[in-house]
Amino acid sequence: MQKRLVYNLMVDVIVIGGGAVGCATARNLSRFRLKTVLLEKASDICEGQSKANTAIVHGGYDAKPGTQKAKYNVLGNRMFQKVCSELDVPLKWNTSLVVTFSEDGIEKLEQLREQGRQNGVPKLSIIGRDELFRREPNLSREACAALLVETGGIVCPYEFTIANAENAAENGVRFCRNAEVRKVSRDETGFWTVESAAGTFTARAVVNCAGLYSDRINNMVSEEKFHILPRRGEYYIIDKRYADTFHASIFQLPTKMGKGILVTPTVDGTILIGPTAEDIDDRDDTRTTPAGLAKSLKFGSRTWEHIPLRDVITTFSGIRAHCDKNDFILGEAPDAPLFFNAGGVESPGLTSSPAIGEFLAGLVADRLHAEPNPNFQPVRHAIPKFREMDAAQREKAIASNPDYAKVVCRCETVTEAEIREAIRRPVGARTIDGIKRRTRAGMGRCQAGFCTPRTVQILSEELHISPLEVTKFGGNSKLLQSYLFTKGEDDHAQR
Amino acid sequence: MRSVDLIIIGGGPAGLAAAISAYESGCRDLLILEREETLGGILKQCIHNGFGLHTFHEELTGPEYAQRYIDKVLQYQIPYQCDTMVIEVTPDRRVTAVSRANGLQQFQAKAVILAMGCRERPRGALAIPGWRCSGIYTAGTAQRFVNLEGILPGKRVVILGSGDIGLIMARRMTFVGAKVLACVELMPYSSGLKRNIVQCLDDYNIPLLFNHTVVDIKGRERLEGVTVAEVDPKTHRPIAGTERDYDCDTLLLSVGLIPENELSRMAGVRLSPATKGAVVDENLETSVPGVFSCGNVLHVHDLVDYVSEEAGQAGKNAAAFLRGEQKETGRTIPVVDGFGVSGAVPQKIHVGGADEAVNVMFRPRGVYRNAKIVVSAGDRELYSRKARILTPGEMVNLKLRPEQLRRIGEAAELAVKVEAS
Repeated sequence: MQKRLVYNLMVDVIVIGGGAVGCATARNLSRFRLKTVLLEKASDICEGQSKANTAIVHGGYDAKPGTQKAKYNVLGNRMFQKVCSELDVPLKWNTSLVVTFSEDGIEKLEQLREQGRQNGVPKLSIIGRDELFRREPNLSREACAALLVETGGIVCPYEFTIANAENAAENGVRFCRNAEVRKVSRDETGFWTVESAAGTFTARAVVNCAGLYSDRINNMVSEEKFHILPRRGEYYIIDKRYADTFHASIFQLPTKMGKGILVTPTVDGTILIGPTAEDIDDRDDTRTTPAGLAKSLKFGSRTWEHIPLRDVITTFSGIRAHCDKNDFILGEAPDAPLFFNAGGVESPGLTSSPAIGEFLAGLVADRLHAEPNPNFQPVRHAIPKFREMDAAQREKAIASNPDYAKVVCRCETVTEAEIREAIRRPVGARTIDGIKRRTRAGMGRCQAGFCTPRTVQILSEELHISPLEVTKFGGNSKLLQSYLFTKGEDDHAQR
Repeated sequence: MRSVDLIIIGGGPAGLAAAISAYESGCRDLLILEREETLGGILKQCIHNGFGLHTFHEELTGPEYAQRYIDKVLQYQIPYQCDTMVIEVTPDRRVTAVSRANGLQQFQAKAVILAMGCRERPRGALAIPGWRCSGIYTAGTAQRFVNLEGILPGKRVVILGSGDIGLIMARRMTFVGAKVLACVELMPYSSGLKRNIVQCLDDYNIPLLFNHTVVDIKGRERLEGVTVAEVDPKTHRPIAGTERDYDCDTLLLSVGLIPENELSRMAGVRLSPATKGAVVDENLETSVPGVFSCGNVLHVHDLVDYVSEEAGQAGKNAAAFLRGEQKETGRTIPVVDGFGVSGAVPQKIHVGGADEAVNVMFRPRGVYRNAKIVVSAGDRELYSRKARILTPGEMVNLKLRPEQLRRIGEAAELAVKVEAS
C-alpha cells in the first residue's frame, strides 16, 4: 500500500479545493510569506469542473454589467497571456464568434456588443455573411451574422490548472489530495480548524475554492448562506483530423441557461461540441445521457452541419457550480473573519481564475499583514512534449533521456519520459487520468487501449505499488482484479 | 540518413510475411521496424489455437504461427529492429524512427511496406451513455492483461459486440475464473467467425443477444453494472421497456477494428472510406509510388492466413518494384462495390498484359443465403461463384485468373456484387 500521511499541521492559510480557482489562488498566495496548504477531496487536483468545461478564454460580453462575473472575466482575460507565458501553458487567441441564424438575431448581437462594451471588452464588432464565411468557410450556410470577439481564446484547462499547482508547489505551497473537508470551525482565539480525510489543519485564514461544494463549506461557518444548483453540460469531442475545420470558437445566441451549445477547436486540435445545460440534483452526477448527447449534436449541427460521427473521440459531461445568487461570491464572509470565498464560480470561471486568485490572495495577505515572498519564482516549465519537437530537439531529448525514444501513447505520441516526469513532478500524477491530463497519453483515438497496460506498469514502478492498486481516478476506480499466478515480493518490486 | 532498399513498418504477421517474401524474391537490403520489444505483433497475445489451417494445414496458436515466420526471418538473417517506433513517413519514402538503442534514426527507403495493423474501437467512439468508471476495456486490452501480464481485469463480465476478439475473450475469461454473463450484439448477426461463436460462446452457455446493445453504464468509480436493451433492427434505436440490468464489474468491447493509418496519411497515401485502409492496385501499391500496404492496416481480415498471403504478395511486388520491373503499364480501372459488397480490395487494377491472377477480397454487407458472387466488366460476367451463406464476419477471397482478366476489354470498371436469392 501507498503510505497515507495523516497531518496535524499549523499553517497560515488553508485553500479548500484544487480546481482552477483554488490552484490560481494558491499560486498567488505563494507570492507572499505565507505558509499555505491546499486540500483537495479527490485523488488529484483538477478533478471537478476545471477538467470538464469548454476550455475557452471568454471575452466577457456575456455577463450582466456590474456583476462579479463581468468584472473578473474581463480582468482575467487580460491576465491570461502573461500567466500562460509564465506557466508555459498552450493558449491561442483564436477569437470567438456569436452566430445568429436569423436576421432577427442581429438585434440581439447588438445588445451583446453593447453589454460587452459596458463590461469593458475591447474589439467587438458585428460581421455579416461575407466576412463570416471568409473566416469560417465550413460554418453552416444558415448563419447570417455574428458578433466577433477578438479577445476570445482557447486554453488547455487541465494544463492551466496543473501548471498553477506545480508553480504554487515550487514556491512552497503544500498540496494534500484525498483530503475531503469534513468540518470547518473557528476557535475562541480566532484560529480556524479544518478537519479533513487527510488530517486536521489549523490556520489563520481559510479560502473556500470548493467549486461545486463551495456552498457547503461556506454554510458551515457563515450565516450568509448560498446554494449551488448543479448544472450539467454534455459534450462531444471530434478527432483532431478536423483541426482546421473551424478557427474561432463558435457560439450561438445565449439563452437563459447559459451560453448555448458551441463548436470550438481546442488547443490540442480536437473539436469540442457542447455543452447542454440541465439542472440536476446530484452534484457528482457526471453521467452522459442519451437525451443530453442527442441535444448536443442537434444544436451543434446548426453550426457544423455534418458533424462526422464516425470520428467521435469520446463524450463527457461536466457539472457547473451554478449558484442561487447568480453570480460569483468573492471575498471575506461578513460574519466569519478571515474566511474567504470563491463561491458559485461557474463559467466564466476558468477565464476569471487568474484575477480571482490574485484578488483573494491579495486580500488574505493584506488581512494577515503578510510580506511579499522575495523568492517567488513565477516561471514554470511544461513537460517537454516530444510531439511538438523538431528532429534536432528530439535527438537532443533522447540523448539526455532515452525514455524519450519510447513512445507509449501512439495516438498522441507521448513518450515514457513524459509520463515518468508527470509522476515525478510536484503535485505529480498518481492515477491513469492524472497522467492523461498531464501528458495527453490515452486522450487520442484509441482512448488508451494500447497504452493502458504500459501506463499501469510505469505508475506501479514509480509509486512502488502493485499494478492491482493503480486506479483510474482514485477511490475504488481500480483497473485490475487479481493475479492469475502467485507473486513473490520481488515480482512486485520489479513490476 | 541511412539508405535502405525496403523498409517494412511493423513486425506482426503482415510485416513478417512481407519481409520473407521480399527476401525470397531477391531483395537483400531490407529492414523490419517493430514498435514492441519482440516480433510477432498481436499474435503474441493470441494464445488460442485455430491459426494456420489454410497456410500450414494444421491448427496452431498465435505465438506458434508467428514463430514459424520469425524463424524464417532469423534463418534468412533479415535485419529487424524492435522497440523502434516509426514516427514519420514522407511521400518520398523518408522514414523517421525512434528507439532507446539507436535514438532518432532517419532512413531513405526505395520502397516501403506499410504493415502497422489495426486498433480497436473504444467506448468513446460509441458514445455509450453513463458513468466514466474503470472496468471498461477493449477486448484486446483485456487479452493483453490476461495473456501477457497474467492479470485478471475483473470477475463478472459483459461483452459488447461479437467481433472475434470479443468471442475469444468470452472463453478466455471463463477459463481464468470470470463469469461471462452475456455477449451483446447490435446487429442481427455476428461480425465474428461462426466457429468462434460455437467454440467460445455456445460451448460455455454464454448467451449471444442479437439486436441488443448497452444503453447505460453504472458505477461511479469501478463499473457496477450495465443496462442492456433490445434495439429496433432497422433504426438500431433501443426499444423502451426491454431494458435489463446486468450486475458486472467488467465490460469488454469488441465493436470493430480500425486500420491504423496515421503514418500512411503522413506519407500522402490515399485512403478508402470503405476499408479505412489505403487505396491499392492489384500489386498492393498505394497511391504513392513504391509504398505498399498489406494486412490489417490495408483492411481488417478475418483470418491471419489471408494476412500472410496478402503480405507475401506485397513483399514480392515491392521486390519487383525495386528491380525496376514495371509489370503493369496499361490503363487502370476501378473495382467498385456492388450490391452486398463492402470494401473490395484492390480498389483498382491495371488492364492489359496481365499474366498473373488477381486476388479480390471483400466483406459481405449482410447475411445472404444461397447467394452468388459475381464479378463483371460492363455487361460481361467474368467470374461467378455460388455461396451457401455469406456473412460480414467471413471475408470473401476470390481469384481472377489471367484469362478472366483479359475479358475486361474496354470496360470502364470492374464491379463486384452479391446476387442474393
